[in-house]
Amino acid sequence: MITVEGLTKTYGAYTAVDDVSFVAQPGRVTGFLGPNGAGKTTTMRIMVGLTPASRGRVTIGGHPYREIPNPGRHVGVLLDASAQHAGRTGREILALGARTMGLPSSRVDEMLALVSLTDDEAKRRLKNYSLGMKQRLGIAHALLGDPSVLILDEPANGLDPAGIRWMRTLLKGYADRGGTVLLSSHLLHEVEMIADEMILIGRGRIVAQGDKKTLLSGDGANASSLVTALDNDALARALTAAGHTVEKAGEGLRVGTDTTTAGRTALQAGVVLTDLRSGSAGLEDLFLSLTADTQREGHAGPATVPATQPGGTA
Amino acid sequence: MSTPTPSAPSTGYAPVRPLDVTGTAPIPFARLVSVELRKMWDTRAGLWLLGSIVVVTAAFMLIFFFVADSSDRVFDNFIAFAATPQGFLLPVLGILLVTQEWGQRTAMVTFALEPSRAKVVSAKVVAALVFGAAAFVAALLLAAVFTAVGGASGGFEGVDAWLFGLFFLLQLLTIIQGLAYGLLLLNSPAAIVTFFVAPIASSIIFNVVPALRDAAPWLDLGTAQQPLFELGGGDSLTGEQWAQLGTTTLVWILIPFALGLVRVLRAELK
Repeated sequence: MITVEGLTKTYGAYTAVDDVSFVAQPGRVTGFLGPNGAGKTTTMRIMVGLTPASRGRVTIGGHPYREIPNPGRHVGVLLDASAQHAGRTGREILALGARTMGLPSSRVDEMLALVSLTDDEAKRRLKNYSLGMKQRLGIAHALLGDPSVLILDEPANGLDPAGIRWMRTLLKGYADRGGTVLLSSHLLHEVEMIADEMILIGRGRIVAQGDKKTLLSGDGANASSLVTALDNDALARALTAAGHTVEKAGEGLRVGTDTTTAGRTALQAGVVLTDLRSGSAGLEDLFLSLTADTQREGHAGPATVPATQPGGTA
Repeated sequence: MSTPTPSAPSTGYAPVRPLDVTGTAPIPFARLVSVELRKMWDTRAGLWLLGSIVVVTAAFMLIFFFVADSSDRVFDNFIAFAATPQGFLLPVLGILLVTQEWGQRTAMVTFALEPSRAKVVSAKVVAALVFGAAAFVAALLLAAVFTAVGGASGGFEGVDAWLFGLFFLLQLLTIIQGLAYGLLLLNSPAAIVTFFVAPIASSIIFNVVPALRDAAPWLDLGTAQQPLFELGGGDSLTGEQWAQLGTTTLVWILIPFALGLVRVLRAELK
């Protein structure tokens, strides 16, 4: 498991990572989600000792990374799939890693097979690789030493949908066998598909963490339904009477409660529903609103992401 | 576990499970050296550089073979002729061994696999010296072949092992100098240009500015090393000349190396 405690990294007056604490559990895929420049990569670099922390600490299985002997055998790291010599072949890149870690060269073939890089592709030089192939090679490199912890920065970047599904299966299986996976992404749907647990970071601060369900249910303020009835006015009156916020939304109404409550109110009011569905716009809105909040608080600059949704719930 | 947000993750999973690292041995130094050696020849640039060192050494000897009088075709001269191109090319190898990792950003991978950066730099130093020794051995073998095949009679006479040792040492120091500039600048073109231009510029300044002329043997690398090249058989350096070699080595090689090492130890890898 990875334990991050009060991690802070400042560059002069700029705080890239601000008092970040979280735990990535074994047996789970933990997604580290945030917009570009939120501090994900810096946090991961600190984890593996490439960047010194200003305050706080990171331990992996109880050890600071630097104190783990032959760390490649315990922690698989992929920080940048392009950070390899463009003139080396894929096979040679893995061979160098295997030799450093003291692994037999047969391990290279195993990993190439695992990430579905053919013999022919493995003989090509890295400069002739697509980003997706580089990511596969990077994953292979991270898995070389059969580690129990994986730290992957934007591993799905450049993968096609089939590649993302492949990675999800791979990482899921890895976590099911007890491994710890921490992966970062700036794309919510990637993390949504792969991760069990999510840590949302914006402007260097953690803004929310938990599993998808916890995050979505939140404190109830996010609950929202879209409902259409034969008699919208009657339904609106009933819902307002029950203390829910109601707004017109297209053909129907947006109600500040979950679908169960909206449906029950309609039943009690004897109104026929023609459409009822969850109005939560998903994790994406939550993510954008959370990071937008931190941007408003910390920064007077122009917001790069939309603030709360129009017609959002009170 | 301290989580600052209200929606803390459910923790029904494994408790704090420490990673058992007691069964894992640290990476042996010899293995790091072997990896560094391999990194030098597994790229086209590295392979060409290594190949050209051997080819250029042989070519220089061949040229000497044809232009020199037959009486001059002795082992000593073949070696002396080969020393010049090697003195140019080997330090470049030292520079590339370091700067390549920054240019291609592989240092991120290297230091993630071996977090002790001092150990990695030491392995690079040893690897560069191994290449230097190999190039010297190659020069000895080539010179021996040339001397045996077409050399003057008695071509192996008067070979001064001590002098050879001294030149070999100088060669190795030059490689360290290359490594030092590589570590200090972390950029191939800048390090190579500095390596070649700075000593020349220094020599010009020290010899042109009258006030500096007296200090030249103590501070200018070229001036201090000059007596080495003027040594005849059996000659030796004076104590003062040794001291001057020492101060210039300190200023031009050891101090830049130390500063470069500090830079690499502290560098943030992106």
